[in-house]
Amino acid sequence: MKKIEAIIQPFKLDEVKEALKAIGIDGMTITDVRGHGRQKGHKEIYRGQEYNVDLLAKVKVELVVATSRAEEVIQTLVAAARTGKIGDGKIFVFDVAETIRIRNDDRGESAL
Amino acid sequence: MKVCALAALSSAPLLAQGTPDLQAKIAAIDAAARSAQSAGDNAWMLVSSALVLMMTGPGLALFYGGLVRRKNVLGTMMQSFVLMAVVTVLWAVVGYSLAFGGSSPLLGDFHFAFLRNVGIAPNADYAPTIPHQTFMVYQLMFAIITPALISGAFAERMKFSAMLMFTVLWSLLVYFPMAHMVWGKGGLLNAFSGGRIPCLDFAGGTVVHITSGVSALVCALYLGKRLGYPGIPMKPHSLVLSFIGACLLWVGWFGFNAGSALAASGLATSAFVATHFGAAAAALGWMAAEWMHNRRPSVLGGISGAVAGLVAITPASGFVQPFSALLIGLLAGLVCYAMVVAIKPKFGYDDSLDAFGVHGCGGTLGAILTGVFATSAVNAGLKDASGRVMPLGMVDGNGGQVLHQLIGCAIAWGLGIVGTLVILKVCDLVVGLRVTKEQEIEGLDLSMHGEEGYIFEA
Repeated sequence: MKKIEAIIQPFKLDEVKEALKAIGIDGMTITDVRGHGRQKGHKEIYRGQEYNVDLLAKVKVELVVATSRAEEVIQTLVAAARTGKIGDGKIFVFDVAETIRIRNDDRGESAL
Repeated sequence: MKVCALAALSSAPLLAQGTPDLQAKIAAIDAAARSAQSAGDNAWMLVSSALVLMMTGPGLALFYGGLVRRKNVLGTMMQSFVLMAVVTVLWAVVGYSLAFGGSSPLLGDFHFAFLRNVGIAPNADYAPTIPHQTFMVYQLMFAIITPALISGAFAERMKFSAMLMFTVLWSLLVYFPMAHMVWGKGGLLNAFSGGRIPCLDFAGGTVVHITSGVSALVCALYLGKRLGYPGIPMKPHSLVLSFIGACLLWVGWFGFNAGSALAASGLATSAFVATHFGAAAAALGWMAAEWMHNRRPSVLGGISGAVAGLVAITPASGFVQPFSALLIGLLAGLVCYAMVVAIKPKFGYDDSLDAFGVHGCGGTLGAILTGVFATSAVNAGLKDASGRVMPLGMVDGNGGQVLHQLIGCAIAWGLGIVGTLVILKVCDLVVGLRVTKEQEIEGLDLSMHGEEGYIFEA
């Protein structure tokens, strides 16, 4: 099993969700996060006072899928979340040791 | 000819018979007309009173509340809201009397203390067509918002207890005397009541905005900067709140200025129009300056400009033509922008929400420009002993009025500076002015009031 963690633009969330649903991915966890990579933020001015905002609002999408489906999911994510501009975000992929469904103690891929 | 004579002959006895009847009728019509005027005036003045209260809560509370950081939103709103309660009680006990009782030049007396002698019958000295209590409650709303304006300067760092004590003393020592001098019967600066230095202040440019703005500057200097200012970011946490607040201020200001006609009259209309025009031009002025200076016009700039224009037009509102109002507003937008964006950072004081930059600076500019643009074509209320209408401002050929306006400003500045310094010192000794460092970091909402403005997990 693989855990896929994607940091994306907040306004791309709906497209990403729809695209994942379309290929049959049902479970995911969404978090509002702030951060920056190579994109160094922007400048805001309030009554002449300048602020450099380097932590920008992003959305983190986390999902765990069977190893066989990981590449398909990643490609779907990339296609849906891409604008081609700086700040589109990143995807990290991890190995998952075990999955347990709390309700009935199911284990492994059948718990996904 | 014959017919006329006949008619005159035949009606003569009728007239003689009808005289008492006719007189009674005339008296009845007269009373009905008075009562109708009183009803119209009173309706407008009660609405105006409510509008001016709305300027403090929620208007100013939202405007200031949105400009502070999230952890201080309730503490800041509370500093406006609590005055709606505290100043009201103070006003009933002595405030109204000290502002409007008696006829001495500097301060009222105790004639109206505990609202004795303040009933429904009009007070002819101030507003002959509305109940005395309407006038009293209308003026109260001004006494509420004035100290609330100051809170913009000490936002995010003053103890609640100190703020309460400061406000009560400030009302007693600065606001009530100033209100009496400018508006009270026989007041030193009251042009319409034989004041020695006749100043023109239609709706409170000197009384409300200069006193509060200058006192705000003194507070900012005395209290010192917020922790981390200007290094750490102190962005407004919700310009949406500030936007709603500023627009409520704009609407409420119609009560503030047009209501100052104290009647539903043509003068009220004139003040209403001037108010609106001043705000509009100032909003454009500030935004234009920003557009050129920072390449982008901002919402905060637009609403700040509108408030600056409303401040500047306040003393002038019942005295100037619509185009003068546009000019006053435009100048206010540009000057206050320069003050807040260019001059304040040079001095480095922390007037957190620019109470001085907008109210002190805009109020002084407006007071001076009132001396320039006031005209008897708009307000023919000032008459000499023989009943002739007197010229008002420089545009009427009365250049000396600008000097009187400057003296009025100087008195307001002086009273604001000295009064505020003394009061701050007393409050500092008795309760201490600033919250502790830990409380300031935690935020006023939690440390002063034990609650939070936004609880998303609830």
